[in-house]
Amino acid sequence: MTTADLLRANLLSPIALSFALGMGARAVRSEFSLPKDIYLGLSIFLLWALGLQGGAELREASLTAIAWPALATLGLGVATPISAYLVVRKVGRFSAADAAAIAAHYGSVSAVTYIAATTFAKSQGMEPEGFMPTLLTLLEAPGIQVALLIGVVQAGGHGRPLREVLHEVFTGRTMVLLVGGLLVGFIMGHENWAVIEPFYNTKGAVFRGALCLFMLEMGVVAAARLGDLRKVGGFLLGFGLGMPLVHGALGAWVGTLAGLSVGGATVLAAMAASASYIAAPPAVRLTLPEANPTFYLTSALVITFPFNLLVGIPIYFRLASWFGGTP
Amino acid sequence: MTPIRLKLVTIIAEHVLREHLTADLRKLGARGYSLGEVEGEGTRGVHAQDWQGKNIRVETLVSAEVAERILAHLAASYFHDYALVAYAHDVEVVRSGKFA
Repeated sequence: MTTADLLRANLLSPIALSFALGMGARAVRSEFSLPKDIYLGLSIFLLWALGLQGGAELREASLTAIAWPALATLGLGVATPISAYLVVRKVGRFSAADAAAIAAHYGSVSAVTYIAATTFAKSQGMEPEGFMPTLLTLLEAPGIQVALLIGVVQAGGHGRPLREVLHEVFTGRTMVLLVGGLLVGFIMGHENWAVIEPFYNTKGAVFRGALCLFMLEMGVVAAARLGDLRKVGGFLLGFGLGMPLVHGALGAWVGTLAGLSVGGATVLAAMAASASYIAAPPAVRLTLPEANPTFYLTSALVITFPFNLLVGIPIYFRLASWFGGTP
Repeated sequence: MTPIRLKLVTIIAEHVLREHLTADLRKLGARGYSLGEVEGEGTRGVHAQDWQGKNIRVETLVSAEVAERILAHLAASYFHDYALVAYAHDVEVVRSGKFA
């Protein structure tokens, strides 16, 4: 498959089309949007399913297989917020607080991007490793922490104490469902998993169908913020498109070096490239209140998320195939 | 049942401050509060969580002295960085035993 074929396949996937319809609905000022509670419920289902399946598959993985990828993931979690901070601060000349706030988002992960990348890799016949959800939880927290630390040190943050905020990051919805799911999935064993698998399997119809519904709302939400693009300026637009490519290439390379398959390296690349917009915003708002939310929310949610979803993932797949020696 | 005169303090703020504000109210002497989600627009742009949670409105019935303390605290702690408005009015409250 050429890169153009990959891009086309991705754009015609139900996930991307659902997202596009959500955006379109908002663009024509339709009154459509998913009720908040359903949206929340869907996100809980998606994260819980990810955790459970990850836990069930983690049982089958050997410690040696997961050690290097885990180390690589932690390395990415430290490197990506620092690189994002330096670019925004030194090249974009943003304030230390704004730069650290943006870095916290780009250091952390968008779980939806992760799911989309997993689905894409599977659709290309490149099954990612079963322990990928473990890596997702490993990457979720450090990025936010490193960036907030930079922010508090550099900008002398006068928000809430870092300790309190870290507590929130670790006890947030994403972490509880993912880490809890991993534990429960791991403990329950193969026979119990087999019983509930049809409902939770992330390759299954229920999971993918729920994801499409969720993406409808993500499209609406992203489109609602499109007007903010005018406020953030050209630098952040370029940053929101360029930074994921750099972090994605780094993720694909490091992932391949750590021994991940093409599918696994694709997913790790997408994780490194993605910017969090669920866990990071409240943590940043409370720790670095002087940072402007329009900057970090717009770049993470309106620029980088759609870019990764529509264009980035096939590129990371191509890069991972190339690094992995299967062109 | 004679009503007594108290202050109704109303705070409208971004959702992210929820835990923080309610803890502050208790500390400053409020005996209780009511909280709800509200929608609206103001002078600030995006709120950090405005697509996950709406704004909150917190109401509490307190003595004039506590009301003043609350408003002063809000101004000092939040006005600079957060989207938040607060106001107080005089109200006549029955069941005064709960508040006095």
